[in-house]
Amino acid sequence: MHPRPLWLLAELTYKCPLQCPYCSNPLDFAGPRFKRELSTDEWSRVFREAKALGVLQLGLSGGEPTLRPDLEQLVGTAHELGLYTSLITSAYRLGKERLAGLKAAGLDHVQISVQGADAELSDEIAGTASYRDKIAAYRYTRELGFPLTVNVVLHRRNLHQVEAMIRLAESLGAERIELANTQFYGWALHNRGALMPTKAQLAAAWQVVERERARLGAALEIVWVLPDYHEQFPKPCMGGWARAYMTVTPAGEVWPCHAAGRISTLKFENVRDHPLDWIWEHSEAFNRFRGDAWMPEPCRSCPRKTRDFGGCRCQAFLVAGDAGVTDPVCSLSPHRHLIDAALANGREPEEWTYRAAPASRALAAKG
Amino acid sequence: MIPRLHAKARLQRDEVRGREVLLYPEGLVGLNPTGAEILELCDGARSLTDIVTTLERRYGVTGLERDIAAFLDGLAAKGLVLYAP
Repeated sequence: MHPRPLWLLAELTYKCPLQCPYCSNPLDFAGPRFKRELSTDEWSRVFREAKALGVLQLGLSGGEPTLRPDLEQLVGTAHELGLYTSLITSAYRLGKERLAGLKAAGLDHVQISVQGADAELSDEIAGTASYRDKIAAYRYTRELGFPLTVNVVLHRRNLHQVEAMIRLAESLGAERIELANTQFYGWALHNRGALMPTKAQLAAAWQVVERERARLGAALEIVWVLPDYHEQFPKPCMGGWARAYMTVTPAGEVWPCHAAGRISTLKFENVRDHPLDWIWEHSEAFNRFRGDAWMPEPCRSCPRKTRDFGGCRCQAFLVAGDAGVTDPVCSLSPHRHLIDAALANGREPEEWTYRAAPASRALAAKG
Repeated sequence: MIPRLHAKARLQRDEVRGREVLLYPEGLVGLNPTGAEILELCDGARSLTDIVTTLERRYGVTGLERDIAAFLDGLAAKGLVLYAP
Protein backbone atom coordinates (compact mmCIF):
# COMPACT_ATOMS: atom_id res chain seq x y z
CA MET A 1 0.00 0.00 0.00
CA HIS A 2 1.36 3.42 -0.95
CA PRO A 3 1.23 6.32 1.48
CA ARG A 4 -2.14 8.02 1.26
CA PRO A 5 -2.53 11.62 0.13
CA LEU A 6 -3.23 14.36 2.69
CA TRP A 7 -3.58 17.25 0.24
CA LEU A 8 -5.74 17.87 -2.77
CA LEU A 9 -5.38 20.97 -4.88
CA ALA A 10 -8.58 21.44 -6.85
CA GLU A 11 -7.95 23.76 -9.78
CA LEU A 12 -11.56 24.65 -10.43
CA THR A 13 -10.98 26.75 -13.55
CA TYR A 14 -8.06 28.21 -15.46
CA LYS A 15 -9.99 31.39 -16.21
CA CYS A 16 -8.50 34.32 -14.34
CA PRO A 17 -8.93 38.09 -14.50
CA LEU A 18 -5.30 38.56 -13.47
CA GLN A 19 -2.41 38.06 -15.87
CA CYS A 20 0.58 37.47 -13.59
CA PRO A 21 3.65 36.59 -15.64
CA TYR A 22 4.81 34.03 -13.05
CA CYS A 23 1.57 32.01 -13.10
CA SER A 24 2.12 28.31 -12.40
CA ASN A 25 -0.76 27.27 -14.67
CA PRO A 26 0.13 25.49 -17.91
CA LEU A 27 1.12 27.70 -20.84
CA ASP A 28 -1.69 26.10 -22.85
CA PHE A 29 -4.33 26.70 -20.15
CA ALA A 30 -6.66 28.15 -22.79
CA GLY A 31 -6.17 25.20 -25.14
CA PRO A 32 -8.38 22.15 -25.76
CA ARG A 33 -6.78 20.00 -23.03
CA PHE A 34 -8.42 22.02 -20.25
CA LYS A 35 -11.56 23.14 -22.03
CA ARG A 36 -14.34 20.98 -20.63
CA GLU A 37 -14.52 21.90 -16.93
CA LEU A 38 -15.77 19.39 -14.37
CA SER A 39 -19.37 19.88 -13.28
CA THR A 40 -20.52 20.48 -9.72
CA ASP A 41 -21.44 16.80 -9.37
CA GLU A 42 -18.12 15.66 -10.74
CA TRP A 43 -16.18 17.84 -8.30
CA SER A 44 -18.37 16.62 -5.43
CA ARG A 45 -17.53 13.04 -6.34
CA VAL A 46 -13.83 13.92 -6.52
CA PHE A 47 -14.01 15.42 -3.02
CA ARG A 48 -15.79 12.32 -1.65
CA GLU A 49 -13.26 10.00 -3.24
CA ALA A 50 -10.39 12.16 -1.99
CA LYS A 51 -11.68 12.07 1.58
CA ALA A 52 -12.08 8.30 1.45
CA LEU A 53 -8.51 8.07 0.18
CA GLY A 54 -7.18 10.03 3.17
CA VAL A 55 -7.15 13.65 2.02
CA LEU A 56 -7.70 16.16 4.85
CA GLN A 57 -6.61 19.46 3.30
CA LEU A 58 -8.38 20.86 0.26
CA GLY A 59 -7.11 23.87 -1.68
CA LEU A 60 -9.68 25.50 -3.92
CA SER A 61 -7.63 27.20 -6.55
CA GLY A 62 -7.41 27.99 -10.24
CA GLY A 63 -7.14 30.24 -12.23
CA GLU A 64 -9.56 32.20 -10.18
CA PRO A 65 -11.87 29.85 -8.23
CA THR A 66 -14.43 32.55 -7.41
CA LEU A 67 -15.34 32.58 -11.11
CA ARG A 68 -17.13 29.27 -10.47
CA PRO A 69 -20.74 30.18 -9.63
CA ASP A 70 -21.05 26.85 -7.74
CA LEU A 71 -18.15 27.61 -5.39
CA GLU A 72 -20.42 27.89 -2.34
CA GLN A 73 -21.93 24.50 -3.14
CA LEU A 74 -18.49 22.92 -3.55
CA VAL A 75 -17.31 24.41 -0.27
CA GLY A 76 -20.45 23.07 1.40
CA THR A 77 -19.81 19.56 0.11
CA ALA A 78 -16.16 19.66 1.20
CA HIS A 79 -17.12 20.99 4.62
CA GLU A 80 -19.69 18.22 5.17
CA LEU A 81 -17.00 15.69 4.33
CA GLY A 82 -14.73 17.17 7.00
CA LEU A 83 -12.10 18.56 4.64
CA TYR A 84 -10.23 21.63 5.82
CA THR A 85 -10.88 24.09 3.01
CA SER A 86 -8.65 26.92 1.82
CA LEU A 87 -9.72 29.38 -0.85
CA ILE A 88 -6.75 30.50 -2.92
CA THR A 89 -7.88 33.65 -4.67
CA SER A 90 -6.81 36.90 -6.30
CA ALA A 91 -9.85 38.52 -4.60
CA TYR A 92 -10.65 40.41 -7.78
CA ARG A 93 -14.21 41.73 -7.32
CA LEU A 94 -14.59 39.51 -4.26
CA GLY A 95 -17.13 41.34 -2.15
CA LYS A 96 -18.09 40.90 1.48
CA GLU A 97 -21.39 39.21 0.66
CA ARG A 98 -19.71 36.48 -1.36
CA LEU A 99 -17.18 35.91 1.40
CA ALA A 100 -19.96 35.79 3.98
CA GLY A 101 -21.73 33.18 1.86
CA LEU A 102 -18.57 31.11 1.68
CA LYS A 103 -18.14 31.42 5.45
CA ALA A 104 -21.70 30.17 5.93
CA ALA A 105 -20.97 27.26 3.59
CA GLY A 106 -18.10 26.24 5.88
CA LEU A 107 -14.97 27.69 4.27
CA ASP A 108 -12.09 27.47 6.77
CA HIS A 109 -9.30 29.69 5.48
CA VAL A 110 -8.68 32.35 2.86
CA GLN A 111 -5.44 33.01 1.02
CA ILE A 112 -5.30 36.18 -1.03
CA SER A 113 -2.44 37.02 -3.33
CA VAL A 114 -0.94 40.45 -3.77
CA GLN A 115 1.65 41.21 -6.41
CA GLY A 116 3.39 44.15 -4.76
CA ALA A 117 3.15 46.22 -1.58
CA ASP A 118 1.50 49.20 -3.29
CA ALA A 119 -1.20 49.65 -5.92
CA GLU A 120 1.14 50.83 -8.64
CA LEU A 121 3.50 47.86 -8.64
CA SER A 122 0.88 45.26 -7.71
CA ASP A 123 -1.40 46.27 -10.56
CA GLU A 124 1.47 46.44 -13.02
CA ILE A 125 2.62 42.90 -12.22
CA ALA A 126 -0.92 41.52 -12.13
CA GLY A 127 -1.63 43.18 -15.47
CA THR A 128 -5.08 44.03 -14.09
CA ALA A 129 -6.09 46.77 -11.65
CA SER A 130 -6.86 44.62 -8.62
CA TYR A 131 -4.97 46.01 -5.60
CA ARG A 132 -7.94 47.94 -4.25
CA ASP A 133 -10.18 44.86 -4.33
CA LYS A 134 -7.49 42.85 -2.57
CA ILE A 135 -7.09 45.32 0.29
CA ALA A 136 -10.86 45.48 0.72
CA ALA A 137 -11.11 41.67 0.70
CA TYR A 138 -8.32 41.33 3.27
CA ARG A 139 -10.39 43.53 5.58
CA TYR A 140 -13.58 41.55 4.92
CA THR A 141 -11.89 38.26 5.75
CA ARG A 142 -10.82 39.67 9.10
CA GLU A 143 -14.28 41.10 9.80
CA LEU A 144 -15.81 37.71 9.02
CA GLY A 145 -13.33 35.89 11.27
CA PHE A 146 -11.44 33.93 8.62
CA PRO A 147 -7.83 33.04 9.22
CA LEU A 148 -5.94 34.92 6.53
CA THR A 149 -2.82 34.17 4.52
CA VAL A 150 -1.28 36.88 2.39
CA ASN A 151 0.55 35.31 -0.54
CA VAL A 152 3.20 37.13 -2.52
CA VAL A 153 5.20 35.56 -5.32
CA LEU A 154 8.66 37.13 -5.28
CA HIS A 155 10.90 37.92 -8.24
CA ARG A 156 13.27 40.53 -9.60
CA ARG A 157 10.62 43.22 -9.85
CA ASN A 158 9.22 43.08 -6.30
CA LEU A 159 11.88 41.61 -4.00
CA HIS A 160 12.83 45.11 -2.82
CA GLN A 161 9.37 45.40 -1.25
CA VAL A 162 9.59 42.45 1.12
CA GLU A 163 9.64 44.63 4.22
CA ALA A 164 6.65 46.65 3.04
CA MET A 165 4.80 43.41 2.25
CA ILE A 166 5.37 42.07 5.75
CA ARG A 167 4.22 45.39 7.25
CA LEU A 168 1.13 45.27 5.06
CA ALA A 169 0.27 41.75 6.24
CA GLU A 170 0.86 42.81 9.84
CA SER A 171 -1.39 45.86 9.49
CA LEU A 172 -4.13 43.68 8.00
CA GLY A 173 -4.00 41.29 10.97
CA ALA A 174 -3.06 38.29 8.81
CA GLU A 175 -1.97 35.02 10.46
CA ARG A 176 0.54 34.16 7.76
CA ILE A 177 2.41 35.69 4.92
CA GLU A 178 3.84 33.42 2.27
CA LEU A 179 6.83 34.98 0.57
CA ALA A 180 7.13 32.53 -2.25
CA ASN A 181 10.15 32.99 -4.44
CA THR A 182 9.19 32.20 -8.02
CA GLN A 183 9.54 28.54 -8.92
CA PHE A 184 10.16 28.22 -12.63
CA TYR A 185 7.27 26.27 -14.12
CA GLY A 186 4.45 27.24 -16.47
CA TRP A 187 4.45 30.95 -17.26
CA ALA A 188 7.25 31.59 -14.81
CA LEU A 189 9.57 29.37 -16.83
CA HIS A 190 8.49 31.09 -20.03
CA ASN A 191 9.29 34.45 -18.40
CA ARG A 192 12.34 33.27 -16.49
CA GLY A 193 14.67 35.85 -17.98
CA ALA A 194 12.45 38.68 -16.80
CA LEU A 195 11.75 37.28 -13.34
CA MET A 196 15.12 35.88 -12.23
CA PRO A 197 16.28 37.71 -9.09
CA THR A 198 19.88 38.61 -8.36
CA LYS A 199 21.83 37.06 -5.54
CA ALA A 200 22.12 40.48 -3.87
CA GLN A 201 18.33 40.98 -3.98
CA LEU A 202 17.74 37.61 -2.35
CA ALA A 203 20.35 38.21 0.34
CA ALA A 204 18.81 41.57 1.23
CA ALA A 205 15.27 40.15 1.33
CA TRP A 206 16.37 37.22 3.49
CA GLN A 207 17.93 39.64 6.00
CA VAL A 208 14.59 41.42 6.26
CA VAL A 209 12.77 38.11 6.79
CA GLU A 210 15.09 37.07 9.61
CA ARG A 211 14.78 40.44 11.34
CA GLU A 212 10.99 40.56 10.98
CA ARG A 213 10.59 36.98 12.20
CA ALA A 214 12.47 37.92 15.36
CA ARG A 215 10.31 41.03 15.81
CA LEU A 216 6.94 39.40 15.15
CA GLY A 217 7.32 35.93 16.68
CA ALA A 218 4.07 33.94 16.62
CA ALA A 219 2.00 37.06 15.81
CA LEU A 220 2.64 36.65 12.08
CA GLU A 221 4.05 33.49 10.56
CA ILE A 222 6.45 34.38 7.76
CA VAL A 223 6.85 31.55 5.28
CA TRP A 224 9.84 31.91 2.95
CA VAL A 225 9.76 29.60 -0.07
CA LEU A 226 13.35 29.12 -1.19
CA PRO A 227 14.53 30.35 -4.59
CA ASP A 228 15.76 26.92 -5.59
CA TYR A 229 17.93 27.92 -8.56
CA HIS A 230 20.12 29.79 -6.08
CA GLU A 231 20.44 26.78 -3.76
CA GLN A 232 23.06 24.09 -3.70
CA PHE A 233 20.65 21.19 -3.19
CA PRO A 234 17.17 20.62 -4.59
CA LYS A 235 13.93 21.10 -2.71
CA PRO A 236 12.10 18.00 -1.43
CA CYS A 237 9.46 18.72 -4.03
CA MET A 238 5.92 17.86 -2.81
CA GLY A 239 7.52 15.71 -0.10
CA GLY A 240 8.29 13.19 -2.84
CA TRP A 241 6.46 12.21 -6.01
CA ALA A 242 2.92 10.96 -5.30
CA ARG A 243 3.46 10.64 -1.54
CA ALA A 244 1.15 13.27 -0.04
CA TYR A 245 -0.22 15.56 -2.74
CA MET A 246 -2.32 15.53 -5.82
CA THR A 247 -3.79 18.12 -8.14
CA VAL A 248 -6.99 17.78 -10.12
CA THR A 249 -7.08 20.13 -13.10
CA PRO A 250 -10.22 21.96 -14.32
CA ALA A 251 -11.00 19.25 -16.88
CA GLY A 252 -10.32 16.35 -14.51
CA GLU A 253 -6.75 15.24 -15.17
CA VAL A 254 -4.96 14.13 -12.01
CA TRP A 255 -1.34 15.15 -11.47
CA PRO A 256 1.07 14.55 -8.56
CA CYS A 257 1.61 18.32 -8.45
CA HIS A 258 0.30 21.38 -10.24
CA ALA A 259 3.20 21.44 -12.74
CA ALA A 260 3.42 17.75 -13.66
CA GLY A 261 1.14 18.00 -16.68
CA ARG A 262 4.02 19.42 -18.68
CA ILE A 263 5.87 16.09 -18.49
CA SER A 264 4.89 14.86 -21.94
CA THR A 265 6.51 11.44 -21.42
CA LEU A 266 3.86 10.51 -18.82
CA LYS A 267 0.21 9.68 -19.40
CA PHE A 268 -2.09 11.31 -16.87
CA GLU A 269 -5.48 9.81 -16.11
CA ASN A 270 -8.77 11.62 -15.72
CA VAL A 271 -11.38 11.42 -12.94
CA ARG A 272 -13.98 11.06 -15.69
CA ASP A 273 -12.44 7.69 -16.61
CA HIS A 274 -11.21 6.27 -13.31
CA PRO A 275 -11.90 6.55 -9.58
CA LEU A 276 -9.38 8.70 -7.73
CA ASP A 277 -8.08 5.83 -5.60
CA TRP A 278 -7.25 3.81 -8.72
CA ILE A 279 -5.37 6.76 -10.18
CA TRP A 280 -3.46 7.23 -6.92
CA GLU A 281 -2.66 3.55 -6.42
CA HIS A 282 -2.31 2.13 -9.90
CA SER A 283 -1.83 4.73 -12.61
CA GLU A 284 1.49 4.63 -14.43
CA ALA A 285 2.20 8.34 -13.91
CA PHE A 286 1.77 8.16 -10.11
CA ASN A 287 3.93 5.07 -9.76
CA ARG A 288 6.67 6.14 -12.13
CA PHE A 289 8.76 8.07 -9.57
CA ARG A 290 7.56 6.62 -6.29
CA GLY A 291 10.21 5.35 -3.89
CA ASP A 292 13.84 5.41 -5.04
CA ALA A 293 14.18 2.50 -7.49
CA TRP A 294 13.90 4.93 -10.43
CA MET A 295 16.82 7.05 -9.27
CA PRO A 296 19.98 7.32 -11.34
CA GLU A 297 23.30 8.52 -9.96
CA PRO A 298 24.20 10.80 -8.31
CA CYS A 299 20.92 10.32 -6.35
CA ARG A 300 21.03 6.53 -6.06
CA SER A 301 24.01 6.42 -3.70
CA CYS A 302 23.40 9.84 -2.13
CA PRO A 303 22.55 10.01 1.58
CA ARG A 304 20.33 13.04 0.88
CA LYS A 305 17.89 11.01 -1.23
CA THR A 306 15.64 10.26 1.75
CA ARG A 307 15.44 14.00 2.44
CA ASP A 308 15.05 15.55 -1.01
CA PHE A 309 13.72 12.57 -3.02
CA GLY A 310 15.94 13.54 -5.94
CA GLY A 311 14.31 16.96 -6.12
CA CYS A 312 11.68 17.92 -8.64
CA ARG A 313 10.70 15.65 -11.56
CA CYS A 314 9.11 18.54 -13.46
CA GLN A 315 12.28 20.59 -13.19
CA ALA A 316 14.34 17.65 -14.41
CA PHE A 317 12.05 17.37 -17.43
CA LEU A 318 11.78 21.09 -18.15
CA VAL A 319 15.46 21.93 -17.75
CA ALA A 320 17.32 18.69 -18.55
CA GLY A 321 14.73 17.16 -20.89
CA ASP A 322 14.31 13.96 -18.84
CA ALA A 323 11.97 13.60 -15.86
CA GLY A 324 14.02 10.64 -14.62
CA VAL A 325 17.30 12.42 -13.87
CA THR A 326 18.50 14.28 -10.78
CA ASP A 327 16.96 17.73 -10.34
CA PRO A 328 19.43 19.96 -12.23
CA VAL A 329 19.38 22.42 -9.32
CA CYS A 330 21.54 19.93 -7.40
CA SER A 331 25.21 20.90 -7.42
CA LEU A 332 25.98 17.20 -7.98
CA SER A 333 23.80 16.99 -11.10
CA PRO A 334 25.55 16.69 -14.47
CA HIS A 335 22.99 19.26 -15.71
CA ARG A 336 23.72 21.94 -13.11
CA HIS A 337 25.39 24.07 -15.78
CA LEU A 338 21.94 24.63 -17.32
CA ILE A 339 20.77 26.27 -14.09
CA ASP A 340 23.95 28.32 -13.86
CA ALA A 341 23.41 29.50 -17.43
CA ALA A 342 19.86 30.59 -16.56
CA LEU A 343 21.21 32.51 -13.55
CA ALA A 344 23.77 34.22 -15.77
CA ASN A 345 21.12 35.10 -18.38
CA GLY A 346 19.03 36.67 -15.63
CA ARG A 347 21.58 39.47 -15.38
CA GLU A 348 20.05 41.07 -18.49
CA PRO A 349 16.37 41.29 -17.65
CA GLU A 350 13.90 40.73 -20.47
CA GLU A 351 10.32 41.82 -21.01
CA TRP A 352 7.72 39.35 -19.79
CA THR A 353 4.64 37.95 -21.49
CA TYR A 354 1.48 38.36 -19.45
CA ARG A 355 -0.53 35.23 -18.73
CA ALA A 356 -3.59 35.67 -20.89
CA ALA A 357 -5.77 33.54 -23.12
CA PRO A 358 -4.60 34.94 -26.50
CA ALA A 359 -0.93 34.42 -25.59
CA SER A 360 -1.80 30.95 -24.28
CA ARG A 361 -3.55 29.95 -27.50
CA ALA A 362 -0.64 31.26 -29.56
CA LEU A 363 1.85 29.29 -27.44
CA ALA A 364 -0.33 26.16 -27.58
CA ALA A 365 -0.47 26.41 -31.38
CA LYS A 366 3.33 26.65 -31.48
CA GLY A 367 3.47 23.51 -29.35
CA MET B 1 -4.31 29.63 33.00
CA ILE B 2 -6.97 28.52 30.52
CA PRO B 3 -5.82 26.93 27.25
CA ARG B 4 -8.04 26.90 24.20
CA LEU B 5 -7.68 26.03 20.55
CA HIS B 6 -7.20 28.94 18.18
CA ALA B 7 -10.28 29.44 15.98
CA LYS B 8 -8.24 28.54 12.89
CA ALA B 9 -7.51 25.04 14.23
CA ARG B 10 -9.94 22.14 14.05
CA LEU B 11 -9.73 18.84 15.87
CA GLN B 12 -10.95 16.04 13.67
CA ARG B 13 -11.04 12.30 13.20
CA ASP B 14 -8.79 10.93 10.44
CA GLU B 15 -10.66 7.69 9.74
CA VAL B 16 -8.27 6.47 7.07
CA ARG B 17 -5.31 6.53 9.45
CA GLY B 18 -7.25 5.73 12.62
CA ARG B 19 -6.24 8.79 14.63
CA GLU B 20 -7.26 12.31 15.53
CA VAL B 21 -5.66 15.24 13.73
CA LEU B 22 -5.45 18.94 14.32
CA LEU B 23 -6.08 20.78 11.05
CA TYR B 24 -5.09 24.39 10.41
CA PRO B 25 -4.21 26.62 7.44
CA GLU B 26 -1.75 24.76 5.23
CA GLY B 27 -0.92 22.16 7.83
CA LEU B 28 -1.91 19.40 10.21
CA VAL B 29 -0.63 17.59 13.27
CA GLY B 30 -1.35 13.90 13.80
CA LEU B 31 -2.30 13.22 17.42
CA ASN B 32 -1.94 10.22 19.65
CA PRO B 33 -5.00 9.33 21.78
CA THR B 34 -3.66 11.26 24.79
CA GLY B 35 -3.03 14.39 22.75
CA ALA B 36 -6.55 14.23 21.38
CA GLU B 37 -7.99 13.82 24.89
CA ILE B 38 -6.09 16.84 26.12
CA LEU B 39 -7.36 19.00 23.26
CA GLU B 40 -10.93 17.79 23.72
CA LEU B 41 -10.70 19.15 27.26
CA CYS B 42 -9.44 22.55 26.05
CA ASP B 43 -12.92 24.04 25.92
CA GLY B 44 -12.04 27.57 26.97
CA ALA B 45 -13.57 26.99 30.41
CA ARG B 46 -11.27 24.42 32.03
CA SER B 47 -7.95 25.62 33.39
CA LEU B 48 -4.72 23.71 32.87
CA THR B 49 -5.08 22.46 36.44
CA ASP B 50 -8.63 21.23 35.73
CA ILE B 51 -7.43 19.36 32.65
CA VAL B 52 -4.58 17.73 34.54
CA THR B 53 -6.88 16.72 37.37
CA THR B 54 -9.49 15.31 34.98
CA LEU B 55 -6.95 13.14 33.17
CA GLU B 56 -5.17 12.03 36.34
CA ARG B 57 -8.50 10.90 37.77
CA ARG B 58 -9.52 9.25 34.53
CA TYR B 59 -6.37 7.10 34.52
CA GLY B 60 -5.76 6.86 38.25
CA VAL B 61 -2.27 8.35 37.97
CA THR B 62 -0.47 11.49 39.14
CA GLY B 63 2.31 13.70 37.82
CA LEU B 64 0.85 14.40 34.36
CA GLU B 65 1.13 18.18 34.58
CA ARG B 66 4.57 18.51 33.07
CA ASP B 67 3.77 16.41 29.98
CA ILE B 68 0.42 18.07 29.39
CA ALA B 69 1.90 21.57 29.73
CA ALA B 70 4.75 20.67 27.36
CA PHE B 71 2.28 19.32 24.78
CA LEU B 72 0.15 22.48 24.92
CA ASP B 73 3.19 24.76 24.89
CA GLY B 74 4.35 23.05 21.70
CA LEU B 75 1.04 23.86 20.02
CA ALA B 76 1.04 27.39 21.48
CA ALA B 77 4.43 27.98 19.83
CA LYS B 78 2.76 27.15 16.51
CA GLY B 79 -0.04 29.60 17.32
CA LEU B 80 -2.61 26.77 17.55
CA VAL B 81 -3.31 27.02 21.28
CA LEU B 82 -3.95 30.27 23.13
CA TYR B 83 -3.76 30.85 26.88
CA ALA B 84 -6.10 33.09 28.81
CA PRO B 85 -5.01 34.06 32.34
